[in-house]
Amino acid sequence: MSTNGAPLLEIENVKKYFPIRKGLLGREVARVHAVDDVSFSVRDGETLGLVGESGCGKSTLGRTILRLLEPTAGDIRFDGRSIAKLGRRQLRPLRREMQMVFQDPYASLNPRKRVGAIIGAPLQIHNVGDGKEQKKRVRELLEIVGLSPEHYNRFPHEFSGGQRQRIGVARALALRPKLIVADEPVSALDVSIQSQMLNLLDDLQTEFHLTYVFIAHDLGVVRHVSDRIAVMYLGKLVELAPGEELYAHPIMPYTEALLSAVPIPDPDLSDQRERIVLQGDVPSPIHPPSGCRFHPRCRYMTDICKQVEPPLVEYVPGHLAACHHPLNVDGAALARAEAQAKQLVQAGVSAAPEPHK
Amino acid sequence: MAEHLLEVKNLKVSFRTEDGVVKAVDGVSFTVDQGEVLGIVGESGSGKSVTMMSVMRLINDPNMRVEGEVLYKGRDIMQLDESRMREVRGSEMAMIFQDPMTSLNPVYRVGDQIVEAVVTHQTLDKKQARARAVDLLKQVGIPHAESRVDDFPHQFSGGMRQRAMIAMALANNPDILIADEPTTALDVTIQAQLIELIDNLKDDFGSAVVLITHDLGVVAEIADTIGVMYAGRVVEFGEKRQIFYDPQHPYTWGLLGSIPRLDRPKLDRLHSIKGMPPSLINPPQGCKFRPRCPHAFERCMEEPELASHVDDRDHLDRCWIDVDTKRAIRTKTIHGETAAA
Repeated sequence: MSTNGAPLLEIENVKKYFPIRKGLLGREVARVHAVDDVSFSVRDGETLGLVGESGCGKSTLGRTILRLLEPTAGDIRFDGRSIAKLGRRQLRPLRREMQMVFQDPYASLNPRKRVGAIIGAPLQIHNVGDGKEQKKRVRELLEIVGLSPEHYNRFPHEFSGGQRQRIGVARALALRPKLIVADEPVSALDVSIQSQMLNLLDDLQTEFHLTYVFIAHDLGVVRHVSDRIAVMYLGKLVELAPGEELYAHPIMPYTEALLSAVPIPDPDLSDQRERIVLQGDVPSPIHPPSGCRFHPRCRYMTDICKQVEPPLVEYVPGHLAACHHPLNVDGAALARAEAQAKQLVQAGVSAAPEPHK
Repeated sequence: MAEHLLEVKNLKVSFRTEDGVVKAVDGVSFTVDQGEVLGIVGESGSGKSVTMMSVMRLINDPNMRVEGEVLYKGRDIMQLDESRMREVRGSEMAMIFQDPMTSLNPVYRVGDQIVEAVVTHQTLDKKQARARAVDLLKQVGIPHAESRVDDFPHQFSGGMRQRAMIAMALANNPDILIADEPTTALDVTIQAQLIELIDNLKDDFGSAVVLITHDLGVVAEIADTIGVMYAGRVVEFGEKRQIFYDPQHPYTWGLLGSIPRLDRPKLDRLHSIKGMPPSLINPPQGCKFRPRCPHAFERCMEEPELASHVDDRDHLDRCWIDVDTKRAIRTKTIHGETAAA
């Protein structure tokens, strides 16, 4: 996967809160902190994996990036242009360049529409070409995703889960987007079909020079597809690193636990390795824990974790983490991170702006 | 020969539909012994759930036809009348399902649902039954069980609901616990908790566990024996190490190769099994995996029996290819292109 370095997507201090309203007047009584002050950038042509447990805000973030949800605060820049505050009409041409693939191939296709109409809908909405050209493009798309042009007049129920997901991908590709946000695109599929789909996404990226934000909870899948990986916990970005680096040297204890929880299909290795079983569930994002949000489940927890929220700082070039008790770091990395943290605390921000631009 | 705790012999389950007869399970045989964990692995539609639902006699469909024997402690439970079967179900064999969101009744308190399971099979008064429910919830690791027992299912998280389901299944100390994809709907961290729980239960209660899953990682952790199912058949059966380190069926190789693995270097491309699982109305002639198998040859037009081809007599598979050839050609599939070179 080639990346030429320039960021295609930059998000800065993005927050998304959902109000909880109660009573006759619909007074806001609390807020769900779904995404809380997240910043990162995605380079042109790269795949950024976004992982975390259910409820950590990864899907909300994915939708906020595409402005399917309005950010509560923060800035989103696409191709250098701020899109966080654009109105509907201004946003429209940009929608062509950003598309989404959804998780559930059964729910994301209209059962009453023929496949041709489903894949052709984006072309129609954006007035791309006349009817004949659109039809031609749809047939072409069907072929690109490994279906047959004869499937044009069929209905979604005539397809298996894997084929439906291909239809979803064809629809996302219709307008030749630059960025695709794929929200758990393979989690509903069987393993043998899942690997076909992952290979397809890989081929499409090379062929059409796509940039992916790949949201998934399966760490094996994410490692396979991603150049860099962002780990989220309870609305916060807690670690961001190049793929292999994250798996080899996780800094945040949460990442370590997440990795160790993945069952390995090899009985001997599985017996040998130490498993960290996290106790309890993810706390409520309505009243997130004080300090480091992970502290109630963390085995390295000390007093400072309850009181002070750790800033997201860079330990090794390209590897950021937010933790008071970082793992797998040497003295130099620690000193560097501490200096950075000090600066940030003085400046009064909790998250470091992302480096390496 | 020692009697097995559960022995399924040539089980066949078919459903009559408008389009034809669906042979969901076609001649499945296996055994489960005391304290053993059997993992049944396969993709959607391979018949793994239908097999175990039929063993529990939970499918009640006028269009269904079941043949074969299910011997529980030597007695064929297929022949029991419904009231006797109800005694077996829950107290001797219990089942937990994939979706913890839908398998608890939303309008009853969790505790009351467990109490119901307890008093159905045991003569306990209300107070004792409730104490037992609290006890069970504690055993499956629900914090503050004394107060949570009065919660409704919606007040529980997904992992807690699955724990409550397990508590309910264990209420009468069953000999066999059948778990149908118990961790599929859950996050890895919660899945790890549940795997640990099921593993402990096996030791504490001495129950046998039949674990239905599509996740080879999960069976690698807790299964003793593994049955791989494809198109309503068991295509390979053996001890865990045999299946993982000496797999004999090309479908098993394909499954092993399709998983992106954390314990190995990243591959450029994943192995994928081409095509889709076959229709069970008109299954392909001969070996059911033949149309998707890269190694198929003429003989595969005839279906192989489940038999032992290796030195170890307990390791069974359905494949015509001879063992030495298989051992030579499988590496590429399982370990990816790079490892083969």
